[in-house]
Amino acid sequence: MASAFAILIGLQLVGEVLRQTLHLPLPGPLIGMALLTLVLVARGSTGAAPEHAVPPSLRQVANGLIVNMGLLFVPAGVGIIAELGVLRREWLAILAGLVISTLLGLAVTGLVMHHVSRIAGRAHRATPQVPAE
Amino acid sequence: MDHVLRAVWQPLGLTPLPWLAVTIAAYVLGQMVQRACKGAALANPVLIAILVVSSLLEATGTPYASYFAGAQFIQFLLGPATVALAVPLALNLNHVRRSFHGVGLALLAGSLTSALSGVAVVALLGGGRAIALSMAPKSVTTPIALSLSQEIGGVPPLTAALAIAGGIIAAIVGRTILRWLRVDDWRAHGLAAGVAGSGIAASQVAPLSGLAAAFAALGIGLNGLLTAAFVPLLAMLWPQ
Repeated sequence: MASAFAILIGLQLVGEVLRQTLHLPLPGPLIGMALLTLVLVARGSTGAAPEHAVPPSLRQVANGLIVNMGLLFVPAGVGIIAELGVLRREWLAILAGLVISTLLGLAVTGLVMHHVSRIAGRAHRATPQVPAE
Repeated sequence: MDHVLRAVWQPLGLTPLPWLAVTIAAYVLGQMVQRACKGAALANPVLIAILVVSSLLEATGTPYASYFAGAQFIQFLLGPATVALAVPLALNLNHVRRSFHGVGLALLAGSLTSALSGVAVVALLGGGRAIALSMAPKSVTTPIALSLSQEIGGVPPLTAALAIAGGIIAAIVGRTILRWLRVDDWRAHGLAAGVAGSGIAASQVAPLSGLAAAFAALGIGLNGLLTAAFVPLLAMLWPQ
């Protein structure tokens, strides 16, 4: 538990330090995430199955944080009160931008993924189908 | 009664405890409401918690700054939570290797479309630079979106609200739209949810299929990396 948390906080710290010293345009936690991915993948490539490359305590703590991630954005979301003035003045641009970009992003990602993997995956035809409701 | 309340509240109000407790309780309430609504995407616990806490702040006349003095301890955990996203990413790496081209191309196309179309629509409709830039990182998972928004001169709370609202939109309409486009592959459904709606949309598809969950985790992680790399460039290329 504690060691897993130390890994996560420690890598966030390393990420922040790297960001500051190398003037990277990436947020510190994201650099930490990339580093942890590299470490876990390197551990997995030494022969262990991917499940064994991740220590159980780390998997448990990571899962707990990810499952409850919603709670972690509540304080920032409440901050929208302070932005109500902006929202009221620019509501049309904000709403249109939000809806259009979300739907376009969703459709483009899904379409490209579906068609490219259908073309690439003809050899091993194991495309899992979404059942109709 | 009133002065008893005040006598209790005043010393407590100086500690982070009350607003921490309120924030967590509001979120738990949101989860209970969603469970009561049979997991309906519209009854989103984050949205409910934000509405509950906001109304409490409004009712008690508490400024956001003093609320945040307490609630910042919750927000602090976004850092380690972001690092923790490496775990599902590493666990699902063999799936990515197998559909390497699809994931790469879909991610690139979807991520660019989502960020650029948001910025373009806001700019065309006359929203300012700060608002348009707040839109750019909104499809990324919120901790990354927040720090990116700060980095590029957006309005971080606005980005957080957009990320949450976008996640809810993607969660509600995602499956319908993709099926209407004749996309019937769980990998595509999962990846699209992760790229366009991050955690909120992903948590909506994850229980339906393990494969969708894996690709949603991938979408969240890789979209975070990619967007974090190109959105600062976008801000740099757009003179103030």
